[in-house]
Amino acid sequence: MSGTFVGMPAFPEAARTAVDDPTLRGNLRHATHTIRAKRASAVAELADWAELREAGRRIKDHTLRHLDRFLEQLEASVTAAGGTVHWAEDAEEANRIVAALVKETGESEVVKVKSMATQEIGLNEALQAEGIRAYETDLAELIVQLGKDRPSHILVPAIHRNRGEIRDIFTHEMAAWGRPAPEDLTDTPADLAEAARLHLREKFLRAKVGISGANFMVAETGTLVVVESEGNGRMCLTLPQTLISVVGIEKIVPTWRDLEVFLQTLPRSSTAERMNPYTSMWTGTSDEDGPRAFHLVLLDNGRTDTLADQIGRQALRCIRCSACLNVCPVYERAGGHAYGSVYPGPIGAILTPQLRGTASEIDASLPYASSLCGACYEVCPVAIDIPEVLVHLRERIVQGGPAVRHGNKVVLRPARGHAAERAAMRAAAWAFGHPGALRTGQRLAARSRRLHPRTLPGPGRAWSATRDLPAMPAEPFRDWWQRTHGGKDAK
Amino acid sequence: MRVALFLTCVNDTLYPETGKAVVKLLARLGVEVGFPMGQTCCGQAHYNTGYRHEAEPLARRFAEVFGEYEAVVTPSGSCAAMVRELYPRMGERARAEGRGDSLARTVAPVVPRTYELTEFLVDVLGVIDVGAWYPHTVTYHPTCHGLRSLGLGERPRRLLEAVRGLDLVELPGAQECCGFGGTFAVKNAAVSAAMGADKVRNAESTGAEVLCAADNSCLMHIGGTMTRLKAGMRPVHLAEILASTEEDPAR
Amino acid sequence: MNSRDRILGRVRRALADVPPHDGSYEEAVPRNYLREHGKRTLQETVDLLAENLADYRAIVHRTDTADLPHLITRLLAAHGSTEMLVPPELPASWTAAADPVRIHDRAELTPERMDRVASVVTGCAVAIAETGTLVLDGSPDQGRRRISLIPDHHICVVRVPSQVVASVPQALERLDPTSPLTWISGPSATSDIELNRVEGVHGPRTLEVILLDD
Repeated sequence: MSGTFVGMPAFPEAARTAVDDPTLRGNLRHATHTIRAKRASAVAELADWAELREAGRRIKDHTLRHLDRFLEQLEASVTAAGGTVHWAEDAEEANRIVAALVKETGESEVVKVKSMATQEIGLNEALQAEGIRAYETDLAELIVQLGKDRPSHILVPAIHRNRGEIRDIFTHEMAAWGRPAPEDLTDTPADLAEAARLHLREKFLRAKVGISGANFMVAETGTLVVVESEGNGRMCLTLPQTLISVVGIEKIVPTWRDLEVFLQTLPRSSTAERMNPYTSMWTGTSDEDGPRAFHLVLLDNGRTDTLADQIGRQALRCIRCSACLNVCPVYERAGGHAYGSVYPGPIGAILTPQLRGTASEIDASLPYASSLCGACYEVCPVAIDIPEVLVHLRERIVQGGPAVRHGNKVVLRPARGHAAERAAMRAAAWAFGHPGALRTGQRLAARSRRLHPRTLPGPGRAWSATRDLPAMPAEPFRDWWQRTHGGKDAK
Repeated sequence: MRVALFLTCVNDTLYPETGKAVVKLLARLGVEVGFPMGQTCCGQAHYNTGYRHEAEPLARRFAEVFGEYEAVVTPSGSCAAMVRELYPRMGERARAEGRGDSLARTVAPVVPRTYELTEFLVDVLGVIDVGAWYPHTVTYHPTCHGLRSLGLGERPRRLLEAVRGLDLVELPGAQECCGFGGTFAVKNAAVSAAMGADKVRNAESTGAEVLCAADNSCLMHIGGTMTRLKAGMRPVHLAEILASTEEDPAR
Repeated sequence: MNSRDRILGRVRRALADVPPHDGSYEEAVPRNYLREHGKRTLQETVDLLAENLADYRAIVHRTDTADLPHLITRLLAAHGSTEMLVPPELPASWTAAADPVRIHDRAELTPERMDRVASVVTGCAVAIAETGTLVLDGSPDQGRRRISLIPDHHICVVRVPSQVVASVPQALERLDPTSPLTWISGPSATSDIELNRVEGVHGPRTLEVILLDD
């Protein structure tokens, strides 16, 4: 992947560009609307959805509240099963560990299972710098990699591309990476999938090192779980001699039995299937079957900082299903790139500013990238109250306050650029505390109403560029009440 | 029963007709409402923009102004949700910040007594047919906080279906947000406007004359978009439809 | 201090608000969700399995012990297979009537060689009716994970009703996490193009499931 998120403009500006792109709008609308209806019916099949959702929430919460204990237990069980556990504080350390492990094998190429954690740490670029070529094998990741593009969705990183665009990317780019696309490649999804099958097969068959993430890690058994559709995951997890899995520390579940909840809620929430085509579960190494060496890299990279925030920590429950993206009206129109992170959409808007902090313009703008409509919370299979966390992060931005960054307690200063808003909010709060003053203002506005423009200059243009202002009434309600009801109930 | 009207600052200032409609409607149903003049704003815009501390005095004022009433009725789903869902949360936060129980205790009594208009009609008064007459084709947009925070469900539709002369038509994508979102409307104006335009297009596709909702903030955004796009329909608050009669029809 | 200790230290500091007696895991997690969805007889559960397998484009056959070898022979012939991969302890009678050359899965068999084999025949560990899922656990009648992955045509024999459960929770109870497990629900598929499901990517594009009466 050559595209990066460095130097992204703030969300509103990036979103404005996306809103004006009719192809992108069409692609996103089509894809998200397709999956919304399907998810709803897949969920409706389970009469106990509410109970499963609550159990999922509680399992994740309990795990997070005792994460130190479960991490130690996981480390012991993975080690006992023949795996090696590494710990990485940040992206740089994780990349260093993985690069060193690959070099130890003497190999200079790796095949990768789609993984959000390795996207988050920029592993491919780091390996490239060490002379190691990483091949993405998930179809959507392949589209992104070949197109020198950036991912725009958690589950379907190339959701912003339609079939015609994918055909063009395959036709023009595959040859530079290996087997070229068939000459007469059409844009039917089956043909595109076939082209990917042919292109990647030679890579799978010769691969000596596989790199993955994991959807779940079971503390009591040391089992890792990868949920996928295409079979590229199975290829990467079973054919290479060495497997390296980079997994965020929040991906733990305490017991084997806990999988019975998430294997029901995750597929239905993400691809709207009763079950995804393939799920792989492995515990350390096995004789004769699969990799001889298994390395687990446990990644912090801002997760412990997030854990320190009692309201924000619920974001760590996320199982990366993407249901919140698919249902979000803002995501549907702004697209994933506007979020400036591998985690777009509503979950990205609360996860990114916690993992990375709110120092940059883009990260400070993310908590505002929502109308707080609540559709994300409604569909979340682990009941993350995304609107609650968004508002909490807005407070942190405008007001500052205590937070933890890189393991250290800090006191954040109120963000610049909110001074005028802060003054207006305080003035409004004062007026609302003094009904007399409020009434004077209302009357002034009402009496001067014939002078009011229907459009506004300056910052008010943000409203009036696309919407008319309501006409000012002749008198506010309270004056009418005073006239007609003579101050009954006046206080 | 002593019932107060909490009109909300937006309605008081910009949409007095909605307030008059609530007064008229409830009077017709035998409920004389009071309008305590000390009422101002629930603090929702402050809270949702990140100014929770500025919203706290407004929550206290609300509790004091409405404390003596047995029921508080408001024609706004989002303001009702602010009181019912977020006032208790603000109390909890103040407690967690070591500022004691005072806020939580102050707001506690008024929280369960605050009703959005359709809840008050259906749950408290137990009426579905409010005796209204409104001879127009109407499509209904369920606003987000009414839909998801309060769980108004079928109440507004049942009330509309009982209105004589009213032809209720289905709004495609009804549950999608209109794009208002308070300060979102100006902070992310491009996305907000795109959402509003899509909502208006969906509304127009129904052929209805009127788009009805139970929250004037959303209707201000949708209505402002409608006139700008020269859509052939108008926004009307649910209260004004329910207040309308043959003798005294609403527009 | 190494990274392990630093991360664990950060976790502990982050959780300073959690009281020492926070309640046990068992208390924290309600398990009031269903063990299975709906009440069915064994036969109905098997029927549901067949229905859900077919819904995700697996081809479902039902047979008995006597006819099994002939059915497998017919399926291999219809696919035009000249070779088939077999796990080490696939019941010999299953493929007794089949013409294709048996390629036994051995450690020295390279992925490239396996890629030239058209079909694979395996058993399974458990099948889940509600989701149309087969689970393979690497037992000797199923073999290594790769053999059910590389050939383009997978024939999987499920003993019914003994290997069939209704639900995901019931399946997990039967499985041993120390074995490498592969859960298969239909042929390989992707939703990566416009979020529409398309069958046939890297795994077997044809999945045939034989429900074998016990």
